Amino acid sequence: MTELLAKEAQDEKWGMVIDLDICSGCQACVTACSMENNIPFVGEDEMAYGRGMQWMRIRRYWEGEYPDVMPDHQPMLCQQCGSAPCEPVCPVFATLHSEVEKINLQVYNRCIGTRYCAINCPYQARTFNWFDYEIPAPMNSYLNPDVTVRRRGVMEKCTFCVQRIVKGRQQASAEGREMEDGDVTPACAQACPTDAITFGNLSDPESRVSKMVRSDRAYKELENLGTEPRVTYLKGGKSYGG
Amino acid sequence: MAADVKPFIGSKASPHQESEAEELRKEHLMLDPMPRDEMNQMVMEAMTTTTRKWWAWVIGLGLAVAVLLFGAWGYMIATGMGVAGIRRPVYWGIFIVTFVFWIGISHAGTFVSAILRVFKAEFRRPFTRAAELMTTFGLAAGALYPLIHLGRVWVFYWMVPYPNARWLWPNFRSALVWDFLAITTYLLSSTIYLFLPLIPDMAMARDRSTGWRHFIYKLLALGWRGTEAEWFRLRKAISIFAFAIIPVMFSVHTIVSWDFAVSMVSGWQSSIFGPYFIIGAILSGISAVVTILYILRSTMKNMDYFIRKEHFDALGKLILIFSMSWAYFFFNEYILAWYGGDEALKQVLTLHATGPSAWVWYTMLICNVAIPWLFLWNKKVRRTPWLMFIITLLVNVGMYAERYTIIPLTLGHQRSPFDWGIYNPTIIEVSIALGTLCLFIFLYLIASRIIPLVPVWEVQEGQMSHTLRKIGKTEIPSVTELE
Repeated sequence: MTELLAKEAQDEKWGMVIDLDICSGCQACVTACSMENNIPFVGEDEMAYGRGMQWMRIRRYWEGEYPDVMPDHQPMLCQQCGSAPCEPVCPVFATLHSEVEKINLQVYNRCIGTRYCAINCPYQARTFNWFDYEIPAPMNSYLNPDVTVRRRGVMEKCTFCVQRIVKGRQQASAEGREMEDGDVTPACAQACPTDAITFGNLSDPESRVSKMVRSDRAYKELENLGTEPRVTYLKGGKSYGG
Repeated sequence: MAADVKPFIGSKASPHQESEAEELRKEHLMLDPMPRDEMNQMVMEAMTTTTRKWWAWVIGLGLAVAVLLFGAWGYMIATGMGVAGIRRPVYWGIFIVTFVFWIGISHAGTFVSAILRVFKAEFRRPFTRAAELMTTFGLAAGALYPLIHLGRVWVFYWMVPYPNARWLWPNFRSALVWDFLAITTYLLSSTIYLFLPLIPDMAMARDRSTGWRHFIYKLLALGWRGTEAEWFRLRKAISIFAFAIIPVMFSVHTIVSWDFAVSMVSGWQSSIFGPYFIIGAILSGISAVVTILYILRSTMKNMDYFIRKEHFDALGKLILIFSMSWAYFFFNEYILAWYGGDEALKQVLTLHATGPSAWVWYTMLICNVAIPWLFLWNKKVRRTPWLMFIITLLVNVGMYAERYTIIPLTLGHQRSPFDWGIYNPTIIEVSIALGTLCLFIFLYLIASRIIPLVPVWEVQEGQMSHTLRKIGKTEIPSVTELE
């Protein structure tokens, strides 16, 4: 079984594809992410000041001139860069690459809060715990036991729902089989009503994500910076595809 | 310095020559010698005189440090970083701005003391110590910021390499660790460099004081007797340190600039940041020296003998040169960005000049370029101490604005317009920044009454080597090479 685990560990390279042509900007992924990952709500004022604790944000842009405008939505989350700018700048190794899942980890207990990683993230995908946020009853009963609750002064960000990846791997090895495409679904992909988010293993050329990455519509955000993002966006010519 | 000889100055001459020599003496401290014991007494007197006003300042500033700095910081630690105005995407604000500012100020001491010493600029002699104190206290104020800005300051020691239960060294790839090491090195070496030339003066003070002062000076003088061997070793040590501290000074501010330059933020990722920051640091450092010299001259006893118009004049020329060099690097930043054609960088630089916070950018240019260039070419201005005081204060306002432009204003303009954000400093941040200013002045005030602010032996050594020599019918100043 350990060999099986080691073998699987070798071929894991998780990735995500987001189809912007069918994304409706409904924010269901944002909500699901907050519930799954015990993300606190900061209140209206803080949110308006730009301190929203969201691991996934919907970037909204407008295309065209009034009155002929079209909204454009782009869910933005940690791109789990293969060559991540956030990693080398942390003085205490609080953010680093996982060798198994090949994603960026954030070790909350190591973080001392220099916020350098957030500055160096060209996607602005990181959020900082400016205060100790209270989770009022009965919401505290909803906390996910698989995810650490963070205190003030530490940085946090999307983990590709690493707890679900681990669970999927354990499930597969308990059943004595290899992991299959679809074993792991992060909260955002699960909640997406238009199925715009696909998650899977990029090292398997036959997985759904690998096929979608090869699409003509595929692009990666700020790819020219050499960050090697693991999130691919699909986008046709205009708003709503076409 | 070993030989106790009175320099031979001004032989009998005609009245006309007499007045010329008199003028030279009035102008130059080095040509205006004074009996050694009298000078020692002057410095001792300046050091031991404490007026009611001085006590009021010390107590007031002490309270200000307690409330503005430690009170506000304590409140921030207990509540969270959120009490500062920083937000996404401006994660670094006034704290880092003030940090860079203080590290810049701290370049003055080394520059004045080490570089001018190595190049044998004689005008440096009376104020090397005043500048070295600025280095040490500037660093003391600045070195607080890497702690203040931490989200969890109570675990700051995780940045220190020491064997620990987590089995983890600091990440030596991180510019913040380089920073930490560079500042520690600079603080240690500049403190030693402050102490070395202080030893003979401590011995001087020891021999002329009683009570607790005598006790302190006796300890700090390390048993100095002034033998030839002691002078020889001291000269050697100072000379080694003067050369060695120059690269340390260069490294410190380049490494501070690397905090920004190694990142991916457009507007920060620049190979000229190293020299650009050093020139800026020296500009603000020398300006701060002038500001402080003016205050010392007008508030401390006997200081007008040591600090003369010639010193303001010489420093004024240096400020003009460094202001021009700074402007050159500033121009560099723009021309390279324009030539490179990177869209994001172009946006950032355009928004500095036209965005909602453009007034900061204009303040920077007016104070750093326009004011020095318009005024400092004029000898009359350079020789008017109060004018120099105002100009140098403004230069430092400009340098603060420069750091403000570089840090929060650049961070506010991210690559994707959706992430843009404006940063408003809160009262807590401003209070902490003011608190460190109070800390700096407080430490300086205390030090000015505990250690001799004028390096007496260096002044005496200089006066010993300068003479007016008669050649033909005129008297001309001449300098003897000492080393």
